[in-house]
Amino acid sequence: MVRGFGGAAAFPDEVWELVFSFLAADADRNAVALVCRGWHRIERRSRRRVFVGNCYAVAPAAAVRRFPEVRAAAIKGKPHFADFNLVPTDWGGGAEAWVEAMAGGWPHLEELRLKRMVVSDDCLELIARSFKNFGVLSLVSCDGFSTAGLAAIAANCRNLRELDLHENEVEDNCLNWISHFPESFTSLVSLNIACLEGDMNTSVLECLISRCPNLKTLRLNHAMPLEKLVSLLQRAPQLVDLGTSKFSADHHPELLSKVESTFAGFKHLKSLSGIWEAGPAYLPAIYSVCESLTSLNLYYATIQSPELLKLVSECKNLQRLWVMDLIEDNGLIAVASSCKLLQELRVFPSDPYGVAPPISLTEHGLVAISAGCLMLHSVLYFCRQMTNAALLTIANNRPNLTCFRLCIIDPHTPDYISQEPLDAGFSAIVESCKDLRRLSLSGLLTDRVFKSIGASANRLEMLSVAFAGDSDVGLHYILSGCKNLRKLEIRDCPFGDKALLDNTSKLETMRSLWMSSCSVTLGACRQLAQKMPRLNVEVIDERRGRPLESWPDDFPIEKLYIYRTVAGPRSDTPPCVWTV
Amino acid sequence: MSPPLEHDYIGLSELHCTAAAAASVGIGGGGAEDGVLNLKDTELRLGLPGSQPAERKDEVGLTLGLLPKVFVSGAKRGFSDTIDGAGKWGLAAGGGGSEVEGGKGGALFSPRGENGGGGLLPGHGNAGKDVVAKAAGQERKAAAQAGNSAGSDRGVAPAAKAQVVGWPPIRSYRKNTMATNPSKNKEDADGKQGLGCLYVKVSMDGAPYLRKVDLKTYNNYNDFSVALEKMFSGFTIGQCGSHGIPSRDGLSESRLMDFLSGSEYVLTYEDKDGDWMLVGDVPWEMFIDSCRRLRIMKGSDAIGLAPRAMEKCKNRN
Repeated sequence: MVRGFGGAAAFPDEVWELVFSFLAADADRNAVALVCRGWHRIERRSRRRVFVGNCYAVAPAAAVRRFPEVRAAAIKGKPHFADFNLVPTDWGGGAEAWVEAMAGGWPHLEELRLKRMVVSDDCLELIARSFKNFGVLSLVSCDGFSTAGLAAIAANCRNLRELDLHENEVEDNCLNWISHFPESFTSLVSLNIACLEGDMNTSVLECLISRCPNLKTLRLNHAMPLEKLVSLLQRAPQLVDLGTSKFSADHHPELLSKVESTFAGFKHLKSLSGIWEAGPAYLPAIYSVCESLTSLNLYYATIQSPELLKLVSECKNLQRLWVMDLIEDNGLIAVASSCKLLQELRVFPSDPYGVAPPISLTEHGLVAISAGCLMLHSVLYFCRQMTNAALLTIANNRPNLTCFRLCIIDPHTPDYISQEPLDAGFSAIVESCKDLRRLSLSGLLTDRVFKSIGASANRLEMLSVAFAGDSDVGLHYILSGCKNLRKLEIRDCPFGDKALLDNTSKLETMRSLWMSSCSVTLGACRQLAQKMPRLNVEVIDERRGRPLESWPDDFPIEKLYIYRTVAGPRSDTPPCVWTV
Repeated sequence: MSPPLEHDYIGLSELHCTAAAAASVGIGGGGAEDGVLNLKDTELRLGLPGSQPAERKDEVGLTLGLLPKVFVSGAKRGFSDTIDGAGKWGLAAGGGGSEVEGGKGGALFSPRGENGGGGLLPGHGNAGKDVVAKAAGQERKAAAQAGNSAGSDRGVAPAAKAQVVGWPPIRSYRKNTMATNPSKNKEDADGKQGLGCLYVKVSMDGAPYLRKVDLKTYNNYNDFSVALEKMFSGFTIGQCGSHGIPSRDGLSESRLMDFLSGSEYVLTYEDKDGDWMLVGDVPWEMFIDSCRRLRIMKGSDAIGLAPRAMEKCKNRN
């Protein structure tokens, strides 16, 4: 090999490896790899963590071949809108190809994180058998597996530290899978089984917890009755992150005092979640840990405003709060004055389909939070009304917002006072919040808002648009601006062919584009696919049976998913998906 | 002012005509008609939803603002506000919100199981002046609140849904334990968006694996029992011996109770309160609204739960 002056030969490889190890960001390591062949070689051999944002963007074998010493991998599958049932269930995102490649090429793999992928029990068994030092398995929003697969993981992964199952659809066919952890297994640090539906054998679980002294995170599912939960928790006073099971029971003074003393025993608890169906009887037992909490998730706690108010007012050190809109404006005003360290707020709708009487959660709550919580940078807010003035105030109060997701529940809702579209308000947000990385729009919006976004949202990486815009111009503004846009997802907007075809090269700078119920025709997709060979243009249509080739150019596309890839068209498309 | 255009995502074109016609009449009709209708609306009526005399349908069609009787006057005000763009959304969003939405519910109806995702909004150049098209969740609200009024007159079953797929953007995975909305909870808990899908697990004592059935695909207990029979007869074929094997393809009259009482099994379900109940007591609609999962349990386990079933077992045996 030719060694250039001042090139890789200046230092031994190990020195470069050490230097590169200080580069945390994949983008930086990618840049390093482009400098010269020597650095490329050294970098690829020393890369330990790989993140694949789209499982179809690269062939598994290629990834495994290029980075032979990977210890931790994270892979994502389905588009984000799969969370809202917009993606057919058989669309793809299967994990087998990746797991098989990894099993062959990365025998020392320790951590695997999969999100929105279809993971079968066979996959889990393969994982369990292939990686001797496997330590971390995280499955988020996945489906396709059952507790039998988990049993295989439990039985074979002797050094498992983390088992994180977050919001997966898990078939429950092996009720005693927990008992498959051998008696000698003591390495567990984090266990999150909140998404499992079945009953757990409490004594087996208790046994497991007792013999794992390093356990810091325990998130249970709702099935366990409160009294069993309490006896379990008494074995783990060292917990830092707790997700309880059902937090209600018939009132027993004895049980109440047990719950109280258990919680009082948590000296290190920072994060609390679960609290399913919490009733006013047992909720006060939590007060003793409130002061130390930095994260509180009350999504499943069906408690009303007065109790909520009381609870969150105690949590002076809260940094993250997820709560239902039952907290109402009053509750949020209380949060704004009590929780000065709040960084992330999510407010979910208790009644999204509008059957119950309306809740009094309005734009005022969010404005109060924006004024009182100076460190707030991430917002997800479901509400039913909004004004431009409120958005302007929020934008001025919190220019440090990095994530702003507003969902006004009824599509096309204008400013309820002026009846204007909410263009001015969202424009203020993107103009004021220069570090905004994620934005979700809602309410009545014209093309004007997209002009502002395209021009001002320079750091924006992910944009979600629904029921907005007047014409193609809106989409054109986004695709011709937004320098750092990575993911764009659009539904029910009058965006069509012209904007797509005028901005084809932009699409290769992005990870993916999703468009459903818009005005794109098949002809445009064909043109796009022809022009851009390194894009997969997937047309998804569940309505017809005839093959795509027979449809005319003016055929309206139902759903469209475009993503860049170096792997070419995928081979596992289901009947409803065509790669144009 | 031109009549406001009703846009919706379901694309039911007949509604547009009705709505447009209704709106123009509604605005023009003003006081007198309103007064007449008021009287009719405040008339106390007995009877189940959908049993209203036919002429009410026309009245409802004429005035978009017509609402469930309790809401009429308030609703008309609320609705004309939105037409005029006078910005009373404050009312609408608070207590009045239900009224406006209810009004739309009177005019909008949609068949169950309709996929709402196909709708595409034509240009919104005249933004702000159009009547805001509501996600058809309003339809449910109107139907639920209206009871024996406008919504039901249209022949809409109370449980009919016409929601836009995937909106609002909430993870359908999430178990929403809000008791106010039991059937929606059911769908959330089972991870389906609720457009004609209501999957519940069916377990059978002694069977090696569970099954899932979509309750929405059946219209009554009979159809349901036939389907369950087909699914599970493989497991009970042994026990059925002495009483004759219930035919899988033959007896169209075979009912689940017969099948089960012939085989010492009892069909039970867990309702939204977590209680185990015997299947068959309540009307079908109520059953699918509250059923969370099913269990075919051995008759001997059903002591105390199903004295009738036990009687049957004893009698047969």
